[in-house]
This record gives sequence, C-alpha cells and structure tokens, in this order.
Amino acid sequence: MATATAPPQSADLARTDLHRQMLRQMLLIRRFEERAAEAYALGKIGGFCHLYIGQEAVAVGSMAALRSDDYVIASYREHGQALVRGIAANAVMAELFGKATGCSRGKGGSMHLFDVEKRFMGGHGIVGGHIPLAAGLAFAVKYRGGDQVCLCFFGEAAVNIGAFHESLNMSAVWKLPVIYLCENNRYGMGTAFERVAAITDVAEHACSYDMQAETVNGMDALAVYEATQRAVQRARQGGRPTLLEVRTYRFMGHSMSDPLHGVYRTKEEVEEQKKRDPITQLAHKLKDDGVLSQEGVDAIDAEVRAEVDAAVRFADESPDPAPEELYTHVLAD
Amino acid sequence: MPTLTYRDALNQALREEMQRDSNVFLMGEEVGIYQGAYKVSRGLLEEFGPQRVVDTPIAELGFAGIGIGAAMAGLRPVIEFMTWNFAVLALDQIVNSAAKMLYMSGGQIPMPIVFRGPNGAALQLSSQHSQAWETWLAHIPGLKVVAPATPADAKGLLKSAIRDNNPVIVLEGEMLYNTKGEVPEGEYVVSIGKADLKREGGDVTLICHSKTVTVALKAADTLQEQGVAADVLDLRSLRPLDEAAILASVTKTNRAVVVEEGWPHCGVGAQVVDLIQRDAFDQLDAPVLRITQADTPMPYNKQLERAAKPSPEKIVAAARRVLYLE
Repeated sequence: MATATAPPQSADLARTDLHRQMLRQMLLIRRFEERAAEAYALGKIGGFCHLYIGQEAVAVGSMAALRSDDYVIASYREHGQALVRGIAANAVMAELFGKATGCSRGKGGSMHLFDVEKRFMGGHGIVGGHIPLAAGLAFAVKYRGGDQVCLCFFGEAAVNIGAFHESLNMSAVWKLPVIYLCENNRYGMGTAFERVAAITDVAEHACSYDMQAETVNGMDALAVYEATQRAVQRARQGGRPTLLEVRTYRFMGHSMSDPLHGVYRTKEEVEEQKKRDPITQLAHKLKDDGVLSQEGVDAIDAEVRAEVDAAVRFADESPDPAPEELYTHVLAD
Repeated sequence: MPTLTYRDALNQALREEMQRDSNVFLMGEEVGIYQGAYKVSRGLLEEFGPQRVVDTPIAELGFAGIGIGAAMAGLRPVIEFMTWNFAVLALDQIVNSAAKMLYMSGGQIPMPIVFRGPNGAALQLSSQHSQAWETWLAHIPGLKVVAPATPADAKGLLKSAIRDNNPVIVLEGEMLYNTKGEVPEGEYVVSIGKADLKREGGDVTLICHSKTVTVALKAADTLQEQGVAADVLDLRSLRPLDEAAILASVTKTNRAVVVEEGWPHCGVGAQVVDLIQRDAFDQLDAPVLRITQADTPMPYNKQLERAAKPSPEKIVAAARRVLYLE
C-alpha cells in the first residue's frame, strides 16, 4: 500500500542525504587539511599544526548524531570537528593563518578553534586537560534541567592522564550527559599505546566507573554515527555518560613538524592502513547503494576543493589582528 | 554593626550571593554534609540543596575543571579547595583553562568562576600544609587574586569575586577564620583592586596582605611606643595591584617595608618593590626592605616554625633599619 511504503521511502531519502552529506564533510576535511599542510610548508601557518587526515570518519560520523544546541569540545587535533560543526572553512583557515577574521580572532591558532554560537567550545592544547571541562558543560546542562549533551573528543594518550579518570568518575556518580569519545589512533605522538598503557582496550576503563562503553570501527563513518546515536540517547534521555573507543588511524605525522613514519611505525604499516581510508569506504558504499556515481563523488570533491581554495584565499587576504588586540580579552568587563 | 567571625562573614557572602543568583553554586570537598572543613559552608546545603552545594571526591584537578566547564556554559561556580596546598593539583586547570579561555577564544568565552580556600601557614602543620601560594597565582594574566585580612573585607571581596566575570582567586587566611570584626549587613561589596589603609602614620609604610596585616598592625603598635608612626597598607588585591595607593603612601613616608607570608624569591613583595623603585625612586630615603617566610620548607618544630614566619619583631626591626634608627 502506498501509505505503508511512504514513510520508509522518506526515511531512505533522509538516510541517503545524510550519507551524501557525510561524504562531503569527510572530503572537505581531507582537502582542507591537504591545503593546510601546503600552507604550513609555505610558512603561512606557524606553530604546531596537527592534521586529521585518516580520522575524518570519527568527527563526521559522531557529530551527525548531535543537535545544534549540544556542546562539542575537543583536543588540539580539531580542524575536522570545527568544520563539521559548521564553522566556515574561511574562519577556520583564517585562524590557522592567525588572522583577525579567524574563528578565535587570530589569538587561538590551530589548537584553539572556538565558536560559541555553534557550541564548539574549543580546541584545547594540554593532553586530557579539557576532559573535565566536558563534564562541566554537561554539569551545567543538568543544573539547568536541559536535555543537551556534551560530546568530548580526545586521543588514546589522554587516557593515561588523571583528568580522564577523575572526569569519568564524577560524571558517572553525578549522571552527567556527556559522551567521552576516545579517538584511538594507536600513537601518542611517537609512542605506541601498548608501550605505555597496561590496558590497551580503552573501552575497558568504563568498567571502573560503572559506565556504558562501546568499541567502534573508526574507519566506518556509519558505524561511528550509530554508536554515537546510542550514546547520545543514553545521555539525553537518561543522563548517563558513555565511553566510546573509536579505533582509527592517522595517516600523517603527529604534527606538521613530525615524520609520517620512521622510528615508531613503518611505512608499510601506514600504507596498509591507508587501504582502510574512510572516505574511499563511504564512497564505495554510496556507489554500491546507487546513491552516487563516480561522477557524483567527483563533483562533490570539486565543490569542496573550490571551498577550500576560497578559504585559503580568504585567509591569505585577511588582515592580521590590530596591534592593540594583544591586550584585549585578557579580562572581561 | 554586627560582629562576625571571618568564617561567618564568608558564609554570609556565599549565602547572599546564592540567594541573589541561581547560577551561583558551591562545589568542593566536604562543603555539603560535613558543612565545610573550616565550616565556611555551614547551613548552605540545608538552604540550597545538593544541586547547588556539591560534595566532590578528592580530585582537585577534576572538580576545578568541571567548575570551569560549567562557567563556560554561563554558570557562576564557587570552587572550594580544602586548602590551597591541595589546589596545586588543579593548577593546570586554573592556569591553562580558566585564565586563558577568554583570550584564546578571541573574547567569546568569559570565565565567571571563583576558586577559594585557606592559604598560608597555620600552626605546626609542617611543610606540605603550610604554604602561601599568592605569588604563583598573581603571576598569571587572566586571573584576579584577592587576599582579605578582615571579616568585612572577606565578605565584601568574596561578593565582588562571585559577581566578577573573570576567574577570581580568593586566598583566605587559615589563621583568620576565627578572628572577629564588624561586618556590614546585606549588600556590602569591596571593589577588587583597591588597597586599604588599615592604619595611618607618616614615618614609614608597612605593606602587607592577608594574615600579615595583623602582624603589621602589632608591629605598628610597638613602633608607636617607640615614637614611630606607621602607615599599614593592606593590599587586599594582589592582581590587580593598587599601585596608586602604594605610591601615595610611600610618597608620603619615603620609606617602606613589604611583608608577606610567602617565600622571598620572586615574591609579591618583589613586585611591590619593583613598582616603588620605578615610580617613587626620588621619594625614597632608604632601600625598601622585605619580610617574608624563611627561604625554607616550613618546619614542624614550634620554635623553628616561629623563626620561619614573619613576626612583629622582624617588621619592627626592618622599619627601624629603613628609618636608620638601628
């Protein structure tokens, strides 16, 4: 019956739209990061610059499960999360360039992207230091009786930090609506996780705090999306935190100043991992599902390349912050 | 005007601000059921409930960070540390998160949070529990740091701190909780950044804050008996520093002794001396001297502890030296 089949059709449509959007977001991050690497090599971007290439499915899949009034907070490898949250590529690239038009007015840089309107509560530069802040944002939600959640991104190396354990404990005791999303890319800078962690299955830590946990394939955006949806539901409806261990891999060095491989991992390992490229995987799926042709994928790619090119131009042409900006925003009025 | 203890003046400030603004909440170890390790939060759990008077585990870094996260969302947390010695565990959060959030977000995220608790030595608590942390904290741009010496200032400064849109460190004197003084009822705020001339003289300026105000006032009594009239200037706020008040007094007396509970190296007094030599050099009739804790960890032994701390005798001797009476 037509009436019986209509809802699934519209649900299918919404799903394929979502998948197409996810592919676009992943491609946007990939192309953005490639251009950021070029700009870094040219000296347009300074300091530390940690690229997200290889991990795109994590930000894209997880954040698709959020509402616009939910909070997001991240570590210093957060260009991807900022873009997915809807901060314009122009404003993110301009921030990397240190320009006045950047999303933190050129005062934060690559590691400190912020947009309060988007509830993107920053990139933070001390490993694990922002994990309690996530619990605090969730505390505020609960304090006000809201139903928002807070999604917190951090790497597996942060799990060895006390702040992680203190936060998980208090958020479990106080039933805070927070999702701890550990992006396990296997290396804290140049140190393999198994060399420094007694428990290498990060999700197991949840047992210590009577918390729900899931281990997810981080190269599969849809798997990340579904796991995050379950976690969001627990947080939104039950005020229960979740620990998600999302297993991923970084195709680049720790930062732009670090080697891609060498003493801590082999070229062969990196090449092997690249066969799991999350973008290729989702593109394949969309083609298999008949949602997109190769031409369709190429058209999206061309579109995001143009967006990133425009962002680089915008960043390049934007002014530096005025000299007096040095002394503004030290204290609020 | 009612007479209150320092602890009850703080309690009154907390109660009034929590009544005034439902965004204000208190979080820390033993603040609720136990009524506070130093009873500053007595009765607050009963009045405001466990949502706003939150007992934490012993996890200073964690709950300081949770407070900061709540402030990022617009709440106005008051984070109590059982003592500032334990707050050192939370310094990453205070320095890297609270103090820098507004700046590195390009002005998007104000940080209306108070970190408070007892600071400085008490009696025979030995090395790890007898430390004055103001130098560490006042060093950091993005923080405000106050250190009230009297019950009235404790109330007025804590109320200002809670209403401030910046992270404010409130250093309470562990030995001051039982001291008494007149405290105005109801709306009484003391502006952050204003020193207070606790005693007026004209011969020498004794610059002090927190517990050393009491010590300096005793020294001023002794000096008075010796015919020397001292200005006792209570800084009250260490960041911002009331530079105008310091310079006004030194311009009048031409001599100064700076007193603090902390260690000498890079201390608050060093900052004050820097100001005086720079902006009142021509007014000085003697080098400025400093009285600090001895440059050692605090010993347990009573005699040694006494020798380590600033005392009226040490201040009197220093004042006589800058007056060339020795």
